[in-house]
Parts: sequence; C-alpha cells; structure tokens
Amino acid sequence: MTITRVFVPNRGEIALRIVRACRKLGVESVVGTSDVDRDGVAALSADRAVCLGPGPAADSYLRDDVVVQAALGTGCDAIHPGYGFLSESPQLARRAREHGLVFVGPSPEVIELAGDKVRARREAARAGLAVLAGQEVQSAADAHEVAERIGYPILVKAAGGGGGRGIKLAQSSTRLEELLALAGREASAAFGDDRLYLERFIAAARHVEVQVAADEHDVIELGERDCSVQRRYQKVIEEAPAPSLPESARDALRTAAVTFARAISYRNLGTVEFVLDADSGRFSFLEMNCRIQVEHPVTEALTGCDLVCEQLRIAGGGSLSLSQSQVACEGHAVECRLTAEDAERGFRPSPGTISRFSIPLLPGLRIDTHCAAGTRVPPFYDSLLAKLIGHGADRAQAIGILREALERTEVVGVATNRELLLRVLDHPDFAAGAVTTGWLEETLGALPQAVRQ
Amino acid sequence: MALSNEDVREILRIIDTTPLAELRIETEGFSLQVLRQGPAMGDAVSRTPEMQGVRETAPGAADTPAGAAPADGLLTVQAPMLGIFYRAESPGQPPFVEVGSRVEPDTTVCIIEVMKMMNSVPAGVSGTIVEVCEENAGLVEYAQPLFRVQPE
Repeated sequence: MTITRVFVPNRGEIALRIVRACRKLGVESVVGTSDVDRDGVAALSADRAVCLGPGPAADSYLRDDVVVQAALGTGCDAIHPGYGFLSESPQLARRAREHGLVFVGPSPEVIELAGDKVRARREAARAGLAVLAGQEVQSAADAHEVAERIGYPILVKAAGGGGGRGIKLAQSSTRLEELLALAGREASAAFGDDRLYLERFIAAARHVEVQVAADEHDVIELGERDCSVQRRYQKVIEEAPAPSLPESARDALRTAAVTFARAISYRNLGTVEFVLDADSGRFSFLEMNCRIQVEHPVTEALTGCDLVCEQLRIAGGGSLSLSQSQVACEGHAVECRLTAEDAERGFRPSPGTISRFSIPLLPGLRIDTHCAAGTRVPPFYDSLLAKLIGHGADRAQAIGILREALERTEVVGVATNRELLLRVLDHPDFAAGAVTTGWLEETLGALPQAVRQ
Repeated sequence: MALSNEDVREILRIIDTTPLAELRIETEGFSLQVLRQGPAMGDAVSRTPEMQGVRETAPGAADTPAGAAPADGLLTVQAPMLGIFYRAESPGQPPFVEVGSRVEPDTTVCIIEVMKMMNSVPAGVSGTIVEVCEENAGLVEYAQPLFRVQPE
C-alpha cells in the first residue's frame, strides 16, 4: 500500500467508517470537518481533524480548493471523499491528481462520463445494455415531440443529476412545459447544468443495482441489491440479494454491470443501477455511481468483503483482494436508514440535540452510526442518524433481527422515522418479497398519523 | 442582440481598464456576467471585502454572548478560511504586522492562500497586536486564532 495518510472531507457515519478502514489497514486519517462537526465522533476518532469552514456545506464540505489545500497542508497523500458532497466531483478528482494526491475513486474522465446521464446512456447502449427509450431535449417543442413518440406518463430528468434529484413525472402534455421549466431550474441550481432528457416511465418499477469493483487487471461484481423501498426517489430500506428474482435475471444483471464497467474502463468501486420492470421482468440501465454507497454494508454482510478497504487498496495501486470465483454470497441482509425526519409532519428534517440514543446489540445486527446521547444534529446536512443492518440465514430472519432492534431502539431529542421503518418491515407486501419504487408512498405515505398496533 | 467575439473582447477590455468587480449585461435571449476573480490590476492580493475574520470571543468560548468582553480583554483575529498563513506580501518582505503594531479595521494583517488564490485578511478591529499565534507558512484552519489585539 503506497497510501500512508488519507484525507476524509466528510462527516457522520461514513467519515467514521473510512477512519476505521484506514486504521484497519495501518493508514493514518485526517478528517476535514465544518465548524459544527468538529466535535463529532468522526473528527475525534481520526488521527487529526481540521476545520474546512463554516456549517453550510457550500462553504466547507463542497469547497474542492479548500479540501485539496487541507489535504496537502496536513501531509496526506490521498483523499477519500465518502458519499455525497464532493464524492462524484470530477473537479476534486482532477485537482487532487494535479497536486499528486491519490483520489480514492475512478479517474475524473470516468466520473465526468458517468455524471452525464445522457452520455452514460449512450455508452451503455453501445456496450449492448438495454436502456429505456429516451432522449435529450433542447426545447419545449422538442420535448412534446419526444414525449408523444415515447408515450405518457414520462419522466423529465436532469442530465447532470443523480441520487434521485431533479426528476419530475409528467402525466400528460398539459403540464409538460411547466415541469420542464421547473426541472431545468432545479437542475441548474443543484448541478450547474440545466440540460434535460426525457425517459420512458415504468409504472411498476423495482430499483436493482449491482456492486462492481475493478483494479488494473480485472472487473468483478459482488452481487446485486434491491433498493425499491423509496420515498421521493430516496432509498429507505435496501437488501441483498434482490428478492423474487429469477436466477437467469440475476445473472444477466450482474453480467451487464461488469460489461458496462469494462466498456468505460472503470477503476475502483462502483455501482451500476438498473430499473427492473416488475410486470415484464425486463431490466434497463439507469446510471452508474462512482462512489461508495450508503447501502454498501448489505453487500459486505453477504460477501464478507470490506468494501472501503478494497477502495483504498485499489487506489493505492494494489489489487483486489479477491477474484470473481472467490465471491460468495451467504444469507440475506436488509438495511434500514434511521433518519432524523418527522414522519408525523411530512418527513420534515428534525434537527436538534439527541438526549438519549440507544440501539440494542443483537447477534446478526450491524450498526453504523456517529450518534450518541449529546450528539447535535445540525440543520445543514442530510438527516441520516444510523444504518441498521440485519444479516440472517434467510430474508425472514434478517427482517426479524431488524424488527427486534427497531422495537427496542430509543432516540430522544429529535423525531425519527423509526415507526415508518417498523411499518414497512411489518407490512405483508414487504414480507411477501418484492415491492416497487412507488409502493411506500402509495401504501404508507397517505397514513402519516396511523398508529402502529 | 447579436454579439461578435470582437464585442466580447471589447467588453473585457473595458472591464480590465476599470476597477469594476462585476459586470452583468442582460438583454432578451442573452446574458453576460463577468466576475473579476484573483488579483485586481497591479495588485498581488485579491481584495475580498466580505471577509471578516474577527470575532470577539476567546478560543473555546464560542458561546460568549455578543458584546461580552473575554476575560483578558483581548480581541482575537480568527482565520476566515482554511489555508496557508503568510505574514508578509512575499518571502523576504517585512511582515504586515508585528507585536506592537497598531491596526485599524481595514489594516491587512496577513494573507491566507487557498490553492494559489491569495486572500488578504483585514484586522477588523482597532488596537495593538500583542500576540502572533501562528508560524508563518503553516496551515491554519477555519476560525483558528491568528492574532490577539489589545483594543483601544
């Protein structure tokens, strides 16, 4: 390993996760924080922490110039961006490279390609993957024509988007122009890129993604994850393997993911996302994410592979620690995201100070969290408090572990989505296997006041 | 409105010969925004007036109510950003301020470099420098104390 000290410009559970992986590999870590996070557990656990700037992310975690300056000034030789913030910033990857720092992720050129959804779709089609009917649109007239050809309802998406942001659903031509304008504004504000494209809408869609990893010699896949339990395109519960999926479809998905990663000369860890039509069983390429994902622990549970360590190893010029034939998936894992969102009040973020935080330790349960009694939940960032991952011999057992854990979880001081998570885990639809991406809002979204029996 | 390359060059020439920091031209179907970044003409240091590095709190006393004097009566000039701390305009030059220097709010006390961008830091207060807290050319964090000032 040529990397000796890693700069981590991130916060919360993922910063802590990376610090621990560094320690495991005998590598030092320096966490770059904002001033509201400087007493956070990630900053305290690292070998050193420096303050990048004030609370708002635009002045701290999103400043690629400050991040590189801080990495150089603290003697780091690599930057691990985590997820969110600058994790998929070609600017950061390029700036790091220009200053002789290793960026833990693919090259800036590949990040750029994957980040441009229109280009990524084209590359996927060229590599032989199925993509949904769709096209970039330049004007309202253009959009009407494309929409008529593909058919309503249709999705309006930002070319520079990702993570579920910048997506609008047009039911008919009536509101198409209004939604185009709205999406354009959102896209330029969020991504600095107002290019839009239209894509066929799959009514009964499942979100299935494949974890891939690539070094200089090989591309391997570590199985798929189903992330169909979503609210407003944000994942709530993820699991592996994907339930109710024929083995032939599973194999085809995994092969397609590896084919795409090879086609774009991908390096390091990545995730290829697909939309699976629950009615026809057909799947299509959606996008590729060039970062460690929030839900990576379900893959780790099944494969026993430490994905953050793999990232650091590959970035340091080393090889993958395992070959494709050594990848074995055991049992079933389900993750739920415990967030500081007030389900009773339209899922509004609920910042504040946690006065009590207790999650029981159970066999088969992994808890990734940066929270404890006394932790402040600042208003500036996403509201993830903890990830609970249940791993059992089968799906029912994994769900059972999570149910017991959540039943006995106590968080006081901020509102959480705990009750909602329990309602999902208890629901017969979820227990039966696959749900679709619209299911959570259709089934439970309308019942925010419902009291669990 | 059709605009040729020559027109744009002319606009940039005008900007270059004036002290304008920003210019915005908007007509139907066209908008041009020119922002001056980095050193102004003949100036080694970019001036960022919104940069205020001063807080009337002692380190570790972030909760001191506004207006309350810290225990020792000294004011602290804090780093307005993370970067490399330079006490002089360039190597070999005398420092902007030393212990004993009198400063006014707009007196430049140091430069903080972020990726080749040189940011001058004004004192923000009036008084006499009684302590320089950091070594020249070292990394300073956001809000790190740089100078202590005895107020008037």
